Amino acid sequence: MKTLQDLKDIKAAKHGQIDIRFNPDTAEAALKTYVLVCGGTGCTSNHSWEIMEELNKLIDAAGKKDEIEIIQTGCQGLCAKGPIMVVHPGNIFYQEVKPEMVDRIFEEHILGGTPVEEYLMVEELSDGTTIPYVESAFYNNQLRMALRNCGKIDPENIDEYIARDGYQALAKALNEMTPDEVIQEVIDSGLRGRGGGGFPTGRKWMFASSKRGEVQKYVACNADEGDPGAFMDRSILEGDPHSILEAMAIAGYAIGASQGYIYVRAEYPIAVDRLKIALKQAREYGVLGKNIFGSGFDFDVDLRLGAGAFVCGEETALMTSIEGNRGEPRPRPPFPAVKGLFAAPTVLNNVETYANIPQIILNGASWFNQYGTETSKGTKVFALGGKVNNTGLVEVPMGATLREVVEEIGGGVPNGKKFKAAQTGGPSGGCIPAKSYDVPIDYESLKAIGSMMGSGGMIVLDEDNCMVDIAKFYLGFTVSESCGKCTPCRIGTRRMLEILEKISAGRGELEDLDKLDELAHYIQANALCGLGQTAPNPILSTIEHFRDEYVAHIVEKRCPAGVCKALLNYSIDPEKCKGCTKCARNCPVGAISGAVKQPHVIDTSKCIKCGACMENCAFGAISRK
Amino acid sequence: MADIKVTVDNITVTVPEGSTLLDAAHKAGIDVPTLCYLRGINEIGACRMCVCEVVGARALVAACVYPCNDGMVAYTNTEKIKDYRRKTLQLILSDHDQDCLGCVRSTNCELQALCKRYGVEKTDYYEGTKNEFVIDASSPSIVRDNNKCILCRRCVAACEKYQSVGVIGANARGFDTHIGSAFELPLAETSCVNCGQCIVACPVGALYENDSTKAVKAALADPTKHVVVQAAPSVRVGLGECFGMPIGAEVEGKMAAGMRRLGFDAVFDTNFSADLTIVEEANELIGRVTNGGVLPMITSCSPGWIKFIEHYYPELLPNVSSCKSPQQMFGAVVKTYYAEKKGIDPKDIVSVSIMPCTAKKFECGRDDQSAAGPGIPDVDYALTTRELGRMISEAGIDFVNLPDEPYDDPLGESTGAAVIFGATGGVMEAALRTAVEWITGQQLGKNLLEFQDVRGVEGVKEACYKVGDLEVSVAVASGLANARKVLEMVKSGEKNYTFIEIMACPGGCVNGGGQPHVPANIKNFIDVREVRAKGLYDLDANRPLRRSHENPSIIKLYDEWYGSYGSEKAHHALHTSYVARKVNADHE
Repeated sequence: MKTLQDLKDIKAAKHGQIDIRFNPDTAEAALKTYVLVCGGTGCTSNHSWEIMEELNKLIDAAGKKDEIEIIQTGCQGLCAKGPIMVVHPGNIFYQEVKPEMVDRIFEEHILGGTPVEEYLMVEELSDGTTIPYVESAFYNNQLRMALRNCGKIDPENIDEYIARDGYQALAKALNEMTPDEVIQEVIDSGLRGRGGGGFPTGRKWMFASSKRGEVQKYVACNADEGDPGAFMDRSILEGDPHSILEAMAIAGYAIGASQGYIYVRAEYPIAVDRLKIALKQAREYGVLGKNIFGSGFDFDVDLRLGAGAFVCGEETALMTSIEGNRGEPRPRPPFPAVKGLFAAPTVLNNVETYANIPQIILNGASWFNQYGTETSKGTKVFALGGKVNNTGLVEVPMGATLREVVEEIGGGVPNGKKFKAAQTGGPSGGCIPAKSYDVPIDYESLKAIGSMMGSGGMIVLDEDNCMVDIAKFYLGFTVSESCGKCTPCRIGTRRMLEILEKISAGRGELEDLDKLDELAHYIQANALCGLGQTAPNPILSTIEHFRDEYVAHIVEKRCPAGVCKALLNYSIDPEKCKGCTKCARNCPVGAISGAVKQPHVIDTSKCIKCGACMENCAFGAISRK
Repeated sequence: MADIKVTVDNITVTVPEGSTLLDAAHKAGIDVPTLCYLRGINEIGACRMCVCEVVGARALVAACVYPCNDGMVAYTNTEKIKDYRRKTLQLILSDHDQDCLGCVRSTNCELQALCKRYGVEKTDYYEGTKNEFVIDASSPSIVRDNNKCILCRRCVAACEKYQSVGVIGANARGFDTHIGSAFELPLAETSCVNCGQCIVACPVGALYENDSTKAVKAALADPTKHVVVQAAPSVRVGLGECFGMPIGAEVEGKMAAGMRRLGFDAVFDTNFSADLTIVEEANELIGRVTNGGVLPMITSCSPGWIKFIEHYYPELLPNVSSCKSPQQMFGAVVKTYYAEKKGIDPKDIVSVSIMPCTAKKFECGRDDQSAAGPGIPDVDYALTTRELGRMISEAGIDFVNLPDEPYDDPLGESTGAAVIFGATGGVMEAALRTAVEWITGQQLGKNLLEFQDVRGVEGVKEACYKVGDLEVSVAVASGLANARKVLEMVKSGEKNYTFIEIMACPGGCVNGGGQPHVPANIKNFIDVREVRAKGLYDLDANRPLRRSHENPSIIKLYDEWYGSYGSEKAHHALHTSYVARKVNADHE
């Protein structure tokens, strides 16, 4: 059991090790060399642990154990360039580090003091020149609040979290604030749910706050992040798990709950492991458990692993699943704040929402709400993916424009292609077209243009993406993830998908657009849960902004982006064909014929449109139309 | 609870706090359509038929689960809502086997009724792929045709909530979702107890009894066969519903006339063997009480209950009375006593029963149910009330206008004690009438004859009687979830009952799995169990004889055939044995 004074002592002792990572320019002289290696999922799957093994060997061999410390962190953000390694002092970033590069970095930089120029992390500008990473927009233009500790501290070491004021917010709440004051602070901060709906967090807590001490209540954390391409919550859990535990305890104090549950996907093994470690450490330190900080407040947290159903990210389905039943949504009202988990009043927030709580309590509502827009305060984390140079995790103040996120932080669209749209909100969201590039990103403005904030997936699309195909992809996801409980989602989304398939197969009719529109509005109005109600959004937004593409598929039987296979034909330009036979040899179905040194011909009735011929033609003689 | 005011379609009504919009609309005289909603057990808001507009609400609400607020204003019937409901129906139809004309539920189907009500003109408006399922006819009692299932989950709720059996649930997800057993086991290989509550819960033709009418019709057409029929007590307050008569209409005499016109060679009454069950069972109970036998003794009339205890509480099987059920006792008497009296080889007798029950079909095929010898089942075919209704309809018999006719001798005579077997508590009451008089040696007066404590539809009823020097503590449970509660109390020693009556179906046989369907929009607001049971209690009250042991045919049967109650001969023919079964396996 640690006292508040113990925590302060830990923080003071750790200061020198932590300060240099956060304030590399102004920190006092470092005692040691710190090597931060990213242990997020992206870098781990690129074998970042081998880098640490290699480093450890070298440090051992050099007998430098006391002078050099390796720290495995959570996600650094720029996943596209992983594995990432940072050396302090100096704040030197290395990108795409491989075990065989470690030797040189160790010798020349860590021992020798001279960074290895050719391995340094750089940002390539559109004119082909490069700038150091720390001068890039990706590094400088973000505002990291929810991600403040990610990539900087060791998530498996509670002392590092404590050194970052960890559990001070909980201590402040318990010792200096009444539960109602905690709730008021959260209300005043303007924090809204980061899981998609954007409901004011403080009000949610208030609804669950009556009858404190009289009835069993629960605090739950939604870590069932399931949108395709989203990894915000995963990164926070992997990089800063204690912030979630602390926030849940604060929520427990605010509403009068003594038990919390984190519902986390079993497909997030690193996050699960780190949560388990964090729980163990928090219990050992007494920041979870009985009589926290001697306040008389008890709170503990258990994990529940989701089995991979997307619908379990919906709050009522999530609770049904925790209860041990098939994960299906139930009607609201009653809302969870009244009758949630095990029929008890429950507060359920998403990971990123919780990640903001300790700082709001510690720094005050007015510190938090200075960031963001009128109705959307603070920051938002986005998992930036698709056709963008800097794939990774970014956090920006609410109100940043799409252009800032994609062009500046994201480094723009690669290969000189044109930005076409950004998909936000996953299967519940929509596509934001180029004409809305400068719309500030907040809850209301995204909704106004037919998308939604969602949990933070942001997929950039370029001119090679077919919008019918994109709509089909997201709806296909919903169809296969529908729980099957209510009629509109179970059958309605399937019928919509069949119409989309018909259109992309070249069998569409113009009336199909009306039928899609009619079904979409019917499902929005009638589906049982939020997932069903928002399932038509990707179709409605693409029809609204890219109707001409749908019409091209239907009327001209043509896919302008050259994606929909059934509408494509490969042909060989006899002028350009040299008769090398390479295409014929690579065709898996024998659809290409022709004599050596004579122009070849594709039999379109046999062609399966795999594109192998085009890839293999050295003369650019094969085209796809 | 306080009352609140709600305005539905411009009609203001007062309802208790906690009422749903569906309740308020009902009070205002408006039938909001539902498919998935079954009061108390399936309040899941899944089908979306009942969507309504509430002024100020963010989105449409499902009336079946939406709680009313004071001053709430709702619209249940706007053109927009009706259009949505039509689309919901069209979507359901797009994945529904529309072989409606050949469907067992045609004209009695809640989906069909709603399609008619909402004027769904284009049943193929949303064309697309359909799920194709293999029909599961593995069970002798219940057939599942998922091609007709609309996934309302009413069957799942009935199995889980009423019966605590829970052998069916939703498998797979999305468009592939279907109701089935764990690991897709055929129903017959699960610990399904065959009660048929899933069937009476089903709004469409996805669940129905394993039909035996063809076999019975073939027997009736076979001149070499002597076909006798018995009909259970509660059938006489259900059968009329098949012909549009009011719920619970008492049709005892018309039923006899109808069966006679179908060509049965003898029209008998299960009431006769209900009286027989009582004298054997009362005799067994007194024997157990006086000789230190296993107590509490539990009734054995309900085959769904028997299979339940065999699967889930086999350790309590010694508590179950060894008496065969009335159906089986009847069959045993027919193929032994009656066969000899009539001089007919029992092999030439076809013994048919009309039951409010689907588990009776399974019971016919149980071991140790062949009094006349191996290979000669006591009962050959058990038909449900619905199957008899279909046979009468098919024969063109104007049931409603049939005259009342008596049952045939000698197995048609019965007392009031027998007819109340059909309601929960009825067997207990009938047994008490006989046991009390036998123990005390005194006749009960008219008022004391009615054991009101064990009447009514509550799931668990308890009473304690002073009988001579004995304290007799009894419990009555109906619905297997309630039975489970009682058994747990017995196992833990919390309660020391002398005698327990258990019926598998909630409310007893009047609400059995073989009884006519009542649409949910009626049974959500009327307790069908009470209405039907009243018919039985009225019959009892008007019977000249109300004690089983007073039945002259029973007295004669023992004089001529069995000798005494519980004699060796009676034991051989009228008692049976049970087997312990595992969960989701037939035998241990």
